[in-house]
Amino acid sequence: MTERIITYAEAIREAIGQAMETDDSVFMLGEDIGIYGGAFGVSADLYHRFGKDRIIDTPISELGIVGAAVGAALVGMKPIVELQFSDFTAQAMDQIVNQAAKIHFMLGGALSVPMVLRAPSGSGTGAAAQHSQSLEAWFAHVPGLKVVMPSSPYEAKGLLLSALDDPNPVIFVEHKLLYKTSGNVPEEQYRIPIGTSNLVREGKDLTIVASGVMVSRSLEAAESLKDSGVDVEVIDIRSLSPFDAGPMNESILKTGKVMLVQEAPNHGGFMSEVAAQIAEGPALYSLTEPVKRLCGLDVPIPYAPQLEKSVVPQLDDIISNALEIHRGS
Amino acid sequence: MTSINPLLAPDTGSISEDPASASAALESLLSIRYFEEAVDGLFARGLMHGTMHLSIGQEAVATGVCAALRKTDFITSTHRGHGHCIAKGADLTRMMAELLAKQTGYCRGRGGSMHIADVETGNLGANGIVAGGIPIAAGAALAQKMKGNDNVVVSFFGDGATNEGAFHEAMNLAAIWDLPVVFVCENNKYGMSGSTEFSMRIDQISERAGSYGFPGVTVDGNDVDAVFLAAKTAVERARAGEGPTLIECMTYRHKGHSKSDKNLYRTKEEIEAWKAKDPLGLFQERLVEQGTLVQEQVDVIIEKARNAVRSAITEASEAPDSDPAEILSSVYREAK
Repeated sequence: MTERIITYAEAIREAIGQAMETDDSVFMLGEDIGIYGGAFGVSADLYHRFGKDRIIDTPISELGIVGAAVGAALVGMKPIVELQFSDFTAQAMDQIVNQAAKIHFMLGGALSVPMVLRAPSGSGTGAAAQHSQSLEAWFAHVPGLKVVMPSSPYEAKGLLLSALDDPNPVIFVEHKLLYKTSGNVPEEQYRIPIGTSNLVREGKDLTIVASGVMVSRSLEAAESLKDSGVDVEVIDIRSLSPFDAGPMNESILKTGKVMLVQEAPNHGGFMSEVAAQIAEGPALYSLTEPVKRLCGLDVPIPYAPQLEKSVVPQLDDIISNALEIHRGS
Repeated sequence: MTSINPLLAPDTGSISEDPASASAALESLLSIRYFEEAVDGLFARGLMHGTMHLSIGQEAVATGVCAALRKTDFITSTHRGHGHCIAKGADLTRMMAELLAKQTGYCRGRGGSMHIADVETGNLGANGIVAGGIPIAAGAALAQKMKGNDNVVVSFFGDGATNEGAFHEAMNLAAIWDLPVVFVCENNKYGMSGSTEFSMRIDQISERAGSYGFPGVTVDGNDVDAVFLAAKTAVERARAGEGPTLIECMTYRHKGHSKSDKNLYRTKEEIEAWKAKDPLGLFQERLVEQGTLVQEQVDVIIEKARNAVRSAITEASEAPDSDPAEILSSVYREAK
């Protein structure tokens, strides 16, 4: 089959468009998603294809928008909310955490909230502390939410179509640095199951566990480490909630060494949960080196490019830490 | 299974002038009152746990508003929501079972008093977060508009909720999208201990509608007729696609905010003055004075409502306790 290369943003748009073509209940709500085309250009021409009644431009009103999505979902619609930056989820937290996540449970199963909240996340754009956070651990900590982090265009389309099938609220964490990256994406609809992890590169010496933008960065590091004689296996934990520890544990049983790479701050981050699951799992006693978390520093994201890079794991950081673990201490 | 006879809107005029509508409204008022008095008693005797918020004194709001609704219309409710549930047609037995932590309760013991919903009657749920249900109501109304039907959504909330951002964001969205939603503020003068004089600088909460560009009215919330007529106008406006209305219903809760309330922030005189304006007494007197119902007919309804609550307690008490075995599988809905 011939490859079809499109960007991560295009893959998301294609998934939304295909879902809207096949299901009248799917619609989008968000700030500047209409003629403007979205803060990161994801909705682009969807407004012209589906009209203002299904690609609904909203005022700057995150709590109201997410609340409206919850209400629409309760009565049979499937809203996709686009927030301009994942940081703005803080404005809408009551509706996400106290309402969307809990309604199905609190009401004894009478209703559910099938909605997708798209949250452009992460640093690397010089947008500083209020537009650059990686907040996925907040949501992974709340029972009732599902949390996915697509790491490539292929993943983005497949996970989004699954999220739209899901009868529960799904936080869809997109990384802003990935929007313009390209990859092979089939034109037809396909689904990547939520609640699965993915072995993206086989290797025998060291397991790297990563999500989102850190997957491609780790793959790049792995290629470079090949020259140093280190054969790295990379596991993409694309679904934080529910979480699938299987492929990771299998990998560690083989390699005996693991590094957990995340952009978000170290303290209380999702990789701390991953480390705990390794400790509780079948691979603990096969470890020949301690678990290594390579995470963002415990600081807000700074503005200056050299400062911004200094607080988030970069390619060189992944390589040097991998070498250190490989050599043993 | 015990629910009230469905509330009825009279073809013309007010509820108290029409025997059928008046009987249904009286049954609703009394059922809410007896249900909550029973719940209060069960708590006092240690037979019910957790917390609860009673709407005793506010029954005319739920009754008057729901009388203007169809079964296919929706409501969102509050932590003080028993009245809204009952007036919209919920089963008293399943409500009581929920409060008694039974498997047969509306929420199978997961929610309790603050989270009862009833999909059958269009009740999208009570809410433990002040103002939490208001944007949800706007969204449910947006969905009705998108589906092209003429259903209306009513959002009940208290005076305290109108100082929350969620209230203002939802009012604005409803206004700019002309949503078929009616915002019903039960102004019982206190958000827990904070009076409206303390918490806002305006005389009437209905004034807040003006800043969003739609009508706001204030009515006597202890008068079923007044509440109904305002709701009817607002519901007709919403159904016709003309957008939202804010109705402020002036009322009072006879009981404290919740079980912890020692009533230190209001005077006995104030409470007594409002009890003299009890919506149940006012409505019964009016019906008999106007000759809409005779006292014997009123007595029959009183007996029916008492019996309904008694049998709800009996049936609910006999039900099995909610079962921890299923708790982990209750968090997410299974995909089809």
